[in-house]
Amino acid sequence: MAQSTVTDHAALRFGAPEFEDIQGIARFGYGNLTSACFYLLRIADLALAREWLRNAPVSNAVARNPPPETALQVAFSVDGLRALGMVPAVLEGFSAEFLSGMAGEEARSRRLGDIGTNSPGTWRWGAGSVPHLLVMTYATPARFELWKRELTGSLWDRAFSKLEELTTSDMGGREPFGFVDGISQPIFDWERRLELQNVEAEYRNLTMLGELLLGYPNEYGKYTDRPVLEPSADPDALLPPAEDRPNTRDLGRNGTYVVFRDLRQDVRCFWQFLAAEARAANRTPQALAEAMVGRTIEGDPLVPWGENDVLADELPDESRRNQFTFNRDTEGVHCPFGAHIRRANPRTADVPPGTDSALKRLVQTLGLAPQRARDDVIASARFHRILRRGREYGTALSSDDALQPGSEGEERGLRFLCLNANIARQFEFVQNAWIMSTKFGGLTEESDPLLGNREAIAGSRLSGAFSLCRGDGVRHRLRGLPQFVTVRGGGYFFLPGLRALKYLASRV
Amino acid sequence: MLPQSNLLIMARIARGREEHLRALLATMNQRPGFADPENPLLPFGRFGRLHVARFVILKDPTPDDLSVYGLPTRSFAPTLAFMADCDGSADELLAQLVALCEAGLRSIFSHCDGFSASNDLLDWMRQHRARPAAAYVNWVGRTVRQIREEAALYGAVSAYLDANGRALAVEAPQRIRRQLMDFVEAEKRAGRVVLNPSEPTPVGWRIRNLLNLIAIPLVLLMASPLLILYLPAFLWLLRRKETRDPEVLPRPQPAQRSVIAALEDNDVTNPYIVLGYLKPGWFRLSTVIFLLWIVDYGARHIYNRGHLGRVQTIHFARWVFLNDRRQMFFASNYDGSLDSYMDDFINKVAWGLNLLFSNGVGYPRTDWLLVGGASDEQKFKYYLFRHQLPVQVWYKAYPGLTSFDLMRNSRLREGIERSSMTDYEIREWLNLL
Repeated sequence: MAQSTVTDHAALRFGAPEFEDIQGIARFGYGNLTSACFYLLRIADLALAREWLRNAPVSNAVARNPPPETALQVAFSVDGLRALGMVPAVLEGFSAEFLSGMAGEEARSRRLGDIGTNSPGTWRWGAGSVPHLLVMTYATPARFELWKRELTGSLWDRAFSKLEELTTSDMGGREPFGFVDGISQPIFDWERRLELQNVEAEYRNLTMLGELLLGYPNEYGKYTDRPVLEPSADPDALLPPAEDRPNTRDLGRNGTYVVFRDLRQDVRCFWQFLAAEARAANRTPQALAEAMVGRTIEGDPLVPWGENDVLADELPDESRRNQFTFNRDTEGVHCPFGAHIRRANPRTADVPPGTDSALKRLVQTLGLAPQRARDDVIASARFHRILRRGREYGTALSSDDALQPGSEGEERGLRFLCLNANIARQFEFVQNAWIMSTKFGGLTEESDPLLGNREAIAGSRLSGAFSLCRGDGVRHRLRGLPQFVTVRGGGYFFLPGLRALKYLASRV
Repeated sequence: MLPQSNLLIMARIARGREEHLRALLATMNQRPGFADPENPLLPFGRFGRLHVARFVILKDPTPDDLSVYGLPTRSFAPTLAFMADCDGSADELLAQLVALCEAGLRSIFSHCDGFSASNDLLDWMRQHRARPAAAYVNWVGRTVRQIREEAALYGAVSAYLDANGRALAVEAPQRIRRQLMDFVEAEKRAGRVVLNPSEPTPVGWRIRNLLNLIAIPLVLLMASPLLILYLPAFLWLLRRKETRDPEVLPRPQPAQRSVIAALEDNDVTNPYIVLGYLKPGWFRLSTVIFLLWIVDYGARHIYNRGHLGRVQTIHFARWVFLNDRRQMFFASNYDGSLDSYMDDFINKVAWGLNLLFSNGVGYPRTDWLLVGGASDEQKFKYYLFRHQLPVQVWYKAYPGLTSFDLMRNSRLREGIERSSMTDYEIREWLNLL
């Protein structure tokens, strides 16, 4: 029944993917380039900044063999676009969230959980000092220093003033708490063969390209709004035409938004809290941590998996560890309802499982199907996917070392980066309705066990709980979870396609 | 069972008084838009039967929209609306409001046309009462008292589980339930938990409800020959209009959205209201009147136990005509933030939204009244943003509680009070706690 099919004629209609116009980070995580650094810059001299941008060797998304040893990506904040001279009429084409910025409104901070110790007033960057540019550099360790020197010569020094040089470190695919990270990702439909259904009865990782890149149909089959210009605004014809409006120029095409959150992780606090709670929970600290994450420390999901849980045609591209849903664990026995991976992606289809005949579907659509309390609380995960491209920073601290007495000392954490075409519907929704919500999935007084800010909500004293189901129905609830992760900075950036970058660097 | 009623007072704001009224309403809040339950003008918290209430200034943000039909702009003077949802009779609530807060209400309504110190307040408010074309209640008959008692029960049981979960977990399901029942019994004896039985259902309501249940299908049945005769003409007209009605969907002004967003997310629940013109002509008006009549019937008899269609996050909602039925507003109280509310709407009940809202000027294009429309996510959100109004004062009797919480707490009580449960039922029950 209503399940996506994959066909070839769409690909014929639209031609091959434009990898040469897409910044590489949209397609590759540059996992082999284990050295990376993120520069936050302000434009000091407009003409020189344009010159640097025109000549910058920004990497595209064409696959190369052997893979390149260096990569460079460039993105702009709204202030950056203004500093480049973009006129308001063009700027207005960007989304409201991007224009306002991550820390631009108190209401947004409230929704994102950026209150209390996370509030923008305490940030190191992004609130008071807003960068114009985010420049991401990647290289193999051997090439890294030289690569940075090549990019940041005297032109760079005169063109920009540096707000931050955010270093990263290679923790071997693990985040600072020790878990293998980056497993759950959407798989993008580069060949544009996915045929959307109005109602998707199965969860799938395969995702419409328009959820990642502007200028392509999204999961609703529509083109997300973006700046689309009259041809007169692009006299040198640098920009491609908009697919949905052929007589215009698409400044957004092959571009996307980057959400950057600088997250400090208190690794000592994390493991010491778990060690203290382990006895009462009758589990090891590691098992407790695994329940909070929803995966083993090696990255295997805690839910039992079966064949055919997720569309089979995705198999070649992904590991089985991303190949599951929570339909086999509707009571949260294996993976707690509030576990991080269940919040970050509940893996629900548009209708609850078992809606498999036309009649059932009709009854279900009318809201008349008998169901259990939690069956239809969270639906349609496909509209809320993000592509994560974060990197760790600081020195790794093993769980054993973390249990030794001592203060945290050196800072460590995650430079969280994600890409999405609609910040409000993707990143902000996930952060607000799933991660930070103390009411997610019918839970009470608990937010994300890793990321939660533990701020109380109206009518309730605490939010620092985490419930584990013991299998017999009686929950075990950890209480008083400290705040393990603190936001240190953040911002929204526009990562243009390469033709759009040329356009931005030449004139606006 | 004591069913809820709704109260709606609408009165035109006197010329030149709007700004002063806004300032006065702002004094009722503890945070912008969020009422202080003890504010001196109308201390909402003292009305034990009041679920939610709001003061909102109905001022059309899109007065020029009729110009797409070549019609002149009608400028309607802004209207002050007071809305409340309460247990039992709304007449009684009105009388209590006047008895307890006459001075405060007088100072508020003195900003309205035709109100003077010599007016009898109760009479005046009665004269300005309006009835919604359709109303929805999440759970018919769940009173504020019951909600508070059950929330306290959940708090007690939750703390008991936190303290004794480990010892309980080794027991068989029936024994676990027994122990929880004993605990609740002890708490009741100690006066820490109170679970009053539900109040008797008013006979008048029961009769009216039964009559409504039978009468509407009967009327439909009797009218069906006419309706069937009308159907081809209806469909022809509908398609003609659907293919020609203009969309009015400019990008909303960021400033307009910011002003409203600043009032939101003070609680897990938010107030919502959108207002706009109906498409001109008898066809759309008759369609929407008929559909709201059906919706009201559905809300009364079918969707009265925790969900409207598939949407479970609405506490109370109403659809109201105003300005000679040229305009309509929809007001609701929903859980979560606005984006998740809109996404829930779009992904779960786009068809239902289309049925009603597509009769409003500028709505994204629909096909056959059900298809399209809201499923054009971004256009639909623009449409809603454009028509949304700020709510000046909003009160909810049980902050921090979502409709899911209320349902869960009721189920907890049900499990305590039932004579018996199977092991499977107990496990499912425990899993909710």
